[in-house]
This record gives sequence, C-alpha cells and structure tokens, in this order.
Amino acid sequence: MLRVCWKGAHAAARQCVCGKVKAHPLQHCRRYTTAGDSGSTAGKIVAASLLTVGGGLGGTILYAKWDPKFRANIEKSVPYSDQLFEMALGPPPPPLVPLQKKPGKIEPLQISSLSEASKESKQPKAKAKKSDPEPVEAPPAVEEAPAPTPQTLEEASAEAAHIISAIGEVLSVPAPGTSDESPPGHTAAGEERKDHHEPALKERPAEEVSARLAQQDKAEQDALAALTAGLEESLGSSAKTTLQAIGAQEAALTAIATHTNKLKEAMDSQTHPDEKSTQWKALNEALSDRTRAMEEAEEALLKAKGELEILRGVINSAKQSKIDAARPQILAAEENLHSMIVDLDKVVTKVQTAQTEAKIVSQYSELVNEAKAQFQQELANITPEIQANWKGLSGKLSADDLNSLIAHAHRRIDQLNRELAEQRVREQIHIEAALEQQKLEDQKALERAVASALEHRREDMRLEQEKKVQEVREVMEAEMRTQLRRQAAAHTDHLRDVLKVQEQELHEEAQEILNSKMMEQETRYRRLTQEQLDTFTLDMNAAYARLKGIEEAIDSHVIAEEEARKAHQLWLSVEALNYTLKSAGADSPTEPLEGAVGVIKENCAENEFAQALTSALPEESLSRGIYGEASLRARFYDIRRLARRVALIDETRNSLYQYFLSYLQSILLFEREQVAPPVKLAPEDLDTFRLLAYATYSIERGDLELAAKFINQLRGESQRVAQDWLKETRLTLETKQVISLLSAYANAVGLGTTQAP
Amino acid sequence: MSEKELGRKWDRCLADCAVKFGTGLGLGIVFSVVFFKRRTWPIVFGAGLGLGMAYSNCQNDLRSRYVLHSKVAKYFSFEQK
Repeated sequence: MLRVCWKGAHAAARQCVCGKVKAHPLQHCRRYTTAGDSGSTAGKIVAASLLTVGGGLGGTILYAKWDPKFRANIEKSVPYSDQLFEMALGPPPPPLVPLQKKPGKIEPLQISSLSEASKESKQPKAKAKKSDPEPVEAPPAVEEAPAPTPQTLEEASAEAAHIISAIGEVLSVPAPGTSDESPPGHTAAGEERKDHHEPALKERPAEEVSARLAQQDKAEQDALAALTAGLEESLGSSAKTTLQAIGAQEAALTAIATHTNKLKEAMDSQTHPDEKSTQWKALNEALSDRTRAMEEAEEALLKAKGELEILRGVINSAKQSKIDAARPQILAAEENLHSMIVDLDKVVTKVQTAQTEAKIVSQYSELVNEAKAQFQQELANITPEIQANWKGLSGKLSADDLNSLIAHAHRRIDQLNRELAEQRVREQIHIEAALEQQKLEDQKALERAVASALEHRREDMRLEQEKKVQEVREVMEAEMRTQLRRQAAAHTDHLRDVLKVQEQELHEEAQEILNSKMMEQETRYRRLTQEQLDTFTLDMNAAYARLKGIEEAIDSHVIAEEEARKAHQLWLSVEALNYTLKSAGADSPTEPLEGAVGVIKENCAENEFAQALTSALPEESLSRGIYGEASLRARFYDIRRLARRVALIDETRNSLYQYFLSYLQSILLFEREQVAPPVKLAPEDLDTFRLLAYATYSIERGDLELAAKFINQLRGESQRVAQDWLKETRLTLETKQVISLLSAYANAVGLGTTQAP
Repeated sequence: MSEKELGRKWDRCLADCAVKFGTGLGLGIVFSVVFFKRRTWPIVFGAGLGLGMAYSNCQNDLRSRYVLHSKVAKYFSFEQK
C-alpha cells in the first residue's frame, strides 16, 4: 500500500508542476504530492467521517423516536443526550403504567352472600336475631307473617346452600318451598338485609330474642297443628265419603248385576208363568233397586268428588303455607287422595261396564218385548176375539182358529225364516257394524282407560317425585344442619379464642396499669426520702464544710509558716552554695559543690523546682567543682596564643609544613588584640583571628559567655585546642546560671512567704 | 587540657626526631664504616632516614585526629515479617 503510494507519488512527481525530476526535488515533490494527495484524501476522510457521524446520530434519533426504552437508555448513558433528544423529538413519553387487573367479580351475589355468611358467622346471633325481624318487615308480600323463622331458616339454608354450592361440594338443591319465590325473595331480602346491616347494628337482648324465637316457634307449631288438623279432618271426611261412594258404587254394581241377571232370567222365559210374573215383579224391583242404587251411587260419587276436591284444596293451601313439618303429612294426604281417586275411578269404570252390559241386556229385553208385543198384536189381529192372555185359552180354540193360528204361525215362521235369512245376510254387515261400533266404543273406552291410567300414572309419578324430593330435601336439611352445626362449632371456637385473647390483653393492660401505679408510688416515696436525705446531707455538708474551712485555715497558716521556714532555709543554703563558689583558687577549682547542693536537696525535698534545678547542675561541678572566672580568663590567653599558632590547621591541612606556615602566619599577622564584636556575625567574621579578637574583647569586659560563644565558632585545630577550656567555661557558666536561678527563686519564695506585718 | 596536648605532641615529636636522627646517624655511621668504606653517603642517608622517619611520625602524630578510619560494614538484612 505504501509502495503503491510511493509509486503514485513518484509518477505524480514526474508530472508535477515543480519542474525537473531530480533525486533531491523528488523529496520535495514527494512532500508536495503527498501533501496534495493527503489534502484530497484528508478531505475524503473528513467527509466520510462526517457522514458516518451524521448517519449515526440520525439513526440514533430515529430509533429513539420509535423506541422510548432505547431513548431512556441513551439518556442514562450519554450525558447531554436528553437535551439533544428533547430538541429533536420533544419531551419523552410518560412511562407506561401497567394495567391493574381488577379481580373479576365472580358471582357477586355469591360473594355478597359469602360475605353475608361470614358476617353472619362473626356475629351470627346478633345478626340472626336482627335479621329475624328484618325479613318479617322487609318482604311482607312474599312471606307470611306467622312463619318468619322458617323463612329465616330457609333463607339461611338457602344461603348455606349457596355457600355449599360455591364450595362445590354438594349439588345446590334449592330449598324446597323456595323454588320460585325464595331466590328473588332471598335476593331482595339479602339486599334489604345488607342495607339494614350497614346503618344499624344493634344487638337485641337475648331474652327478647329467645322470646321472639319462642313466639315464632309457637306460631309455627300452631299453624302446623291447624294445618294438620285441617288435613286430617278433610282426609277423614273425604275418606268417609269416598268409602261411602265406593260402597254405593259397589251396591250399584251389585244392583245392576242382579238386575241384569234377573233380566236375563226373565228373558229366558223357561219358567212358569206365575213365576214369570213374580219374576217380572222381581225384575221391576231389581230395576228400581238398580236405579235407586245408581242414583245413590251418583250422589255418593258427587259427594266424594266434592270432598276430594276440598281435600285437594286443603292440600294445596297446606302446600302454600310451606311448613316443612307438614310436608310428610301433605304427601300422605296426597297419596291418600290419589288412591281414593284411583279406587273411585276403578269402581266407576266397573259400574260403567256393568251399565253397558245392562244396557245391552236391556236392549235385548226391549227387543224381545217388542217382538212379543208385535207377535201379540199380530195374534190379536188374526184372532181378535182371543184375549191377551192366550196361554190360558188352549182348550177354547176352534179348528179354524187353530188353523189360522197355525197358518199365521207358519207365515210367521216363514217370515221369521226370511228375516233370519235376511238377518244372516245382514249378519256380516251387522257384525261388522257392531264390531265397528264395538271398536269405536272399545277405542273410546281404551282411550278413557288409557287417559285415566295415564292420569293415575302421572299422579303416581308426581307423588313419587314428591316423595323423592321430600327425601332428598330431608337429606339436604340434615346435611345443612350438620354444616350449620359445624359452623356454629367453629364460631364458638373462634369466640373462645377471641375471648381468650381479649382476656389476655385486658389482663396485661390491667397489669400494666397496676405496675405503672406502683412505680409512681414508689418513685414518689423514693423522691420524698431522697429529699429528706438531701436536706440532711446539705446541712451536714454545710457544717462539715465550715469545719473543714476552719481546719484548712489553720493548716494553711501552719503551711504558710512552714513555707516561710523552708524559704528561709532555701535561701540560706543557696547562700552557702554561693559562698562555696568563692572558694575557687587561682588555678584550682572550687570545692566540690556536692555538699552544698546536698544540703539544698535535703532542705527542699518537696520543692520540685529546686529539685529540678539542683538536678540540672552538671555532674562535674558537683564532684569536682568549677573553675573561677579569673582562672578561666588567665587560661584564655594561653588558648588564644595557641589557637593563633594553629589557625591554618584543619582536616585538609594538617601536615608539618602547614604547621610551619600557620606559625609563620601567626607571627606575621598583625591585628588588634581586642575588637568589639558586632551585633550580628557575618560569615567573614568567622575567621579565627577575628573570633579570637572578639572573644578577648568580651573576656576583658567580663562577658565570659559571649567569649565562650565566639570560641565555640572556632574550627579545626584551634577548636581542638580550645576544647577543654570551652568545656570548663560551659560548666562554670551552667553552674553559675543554675545557682543564680536558685538564688532568684529563693528570693522570690522568701518574698512570697513574707507576710506583711 | 586540650591545649596541652599539642605541646605534648610537639615534645614527643622532638624527642622522637632526636632519637631517630641519632639512631639513623649512628646506623649510618656503622654502615658506612662497616659496609661502605667510610663514605659519607650512608651517614647522610641514615640521618636523612632518621629525620624522614621522625618527620613522618611527627606528621602522623599531629594528623592522627583527622585521619578517617573506615571499616567495611557487614551486610545486615532486616527481614520484616
């Protein structure tokens, strides 16, 4: 790549404006060309980068516009991007609030009923008692007044049924007797009860409630008794009448049967004429009997039917009254009613069949009578003189009469034969017609029978269903009772627990109050005792303080005197020390200061300052003593001479030759012996000779300290030479300083302790 | 007394010089007599030797204070645990 560029540059150099192609200008050209090339490439690069950046920015902004989360991310990560975004896109969209899912109202009636039930369970007695009169007031149109408790119980049972259904354990069986009216009545009652619950929740007293309950029970019992009595009465009467009717019907049946038999017998006409008349009489009697029996039967039937209707009405009203306890009785009554109806119907059908038989027989007899009458009439026409009763005329008839009679008889026989033939011919048709008729009648009878059987069957089924319903209902009731009992048990448990907790709480509260009161009392008692103690202590303290004060005054007086004595002693010992200083000889040191210092130490054992000062004395002075100023001064001149002589000698210059030179120097150097030292030392003042001159000056003026300071500035061999002298001077100066401090201190102490007279 | 030390040194120096000179001279004489056929140069040499030694001694003695004595220190390593 580089080579390519190079080559390009090379080629461009050939064509470049800058003239001849040479080795040297190539470099320049290259520089130019690379500059030019770089110019265009730089421009390209710049343009490309600008494009990329712009594209990136635009893309980011667009995407941020589309995706607010991305925008938020960018705003978080890049510092000023939020301003840019706001400028470009406007303010960020508000954060989406997640949709709150409201809990679905699942069967609000059930829930309300559940809450009702729970509320009920919490305060069952109160609310039950409360709700007892409530439904009485609230839905009066629906329920009857004398049965509120069963209503409540049933409502409760309905609610419980709802609960059970909600739990889903048992099939919800609607409470019997509440099939149509109860649910709307229940909801109305429930709602009303709800309304009544919130505003006023007063608990009725137990006695009133029990009285009410007893009242309601009694009312129920009365109603039940009345109902049962009514039912039994009507049952009894209807049974009686039915039995009567049945008896009548049976009597009618027998009457019809006898009549028919008699008729049949009469029709046979094989008996004696005398007997026939009796027969006919008997027949008439039987007929009259029959009619009478029929009438009676009819009457009885009507009565029975009426009674049954009454019974049915009573049963319906009993059903309407909806007392649970009467249910089995109602069912039994219904069964009885049904059986009676069935019996009646059976008997009626029997009677009807007998009647049809009788009709047939009577028709037959009528026909026979008609034929007889006709025959007699013909006979009478033929033989007009013969009287009606031709039976007794068998001896009186002449031969003509007999012949005519026989001819008539023959004619009659012919006629009858012809009729018979005709009849035979028509027999089939008649039979068919009769069959048809019979079929029709049979059909009708069948239909009737079927209808009645159906009715009976339906009635049976209904009764069975009712019985089953009753049974199931009872089972439900029992179960309901157990559940309620369970609930009651749970409620009692809960009550017990709550009571226990309450008892504990109250107990604790009482205990707390007791404790707090006790504490109060105790604190008060303590406070009082403490106050007493305090006052007593105060008095005691005051007295003690005074005593103490007095003692202290005396002590301080003693102390002051002691101090004075001590100060005196100190001063004396310091004076002694000073005196020892004077014992310095010309060249010998003083006495060792040990003694005097020891005396001071003894005398001022408690005085810390003195102790410190005495301990600050250097050891040498104590053990050996110090030199006096005069001796030091004398020695100084020796030092001076010597120092002058070795002034040149130090670490670098210390050969013998240097010694010679330095000696020469000291001889040849002329200077003043004493030069007043300046206030501040300049570096050129640190010359040996100068320093010695200053020191001499100071010594002559008696300022040993200053001289020592100057001598301290010596360096090299001169320093070494002056070392001992310096040490001694230091010692002396130290000791003198300490002693002067001590004496000043002693003076001060003395001054301090002196009391003005 | 540090001022007296210098004097002492000088005394020692002189004494030493005298001794050494004398000894050198003597030895020179001896050598000259014994080995070198009574030439002068061993005497002078010996005396010069003596003087030289005395001079050197004197210088060393006077210098003794300023000479640095060095010692190679042992390598110590402290390991901190």
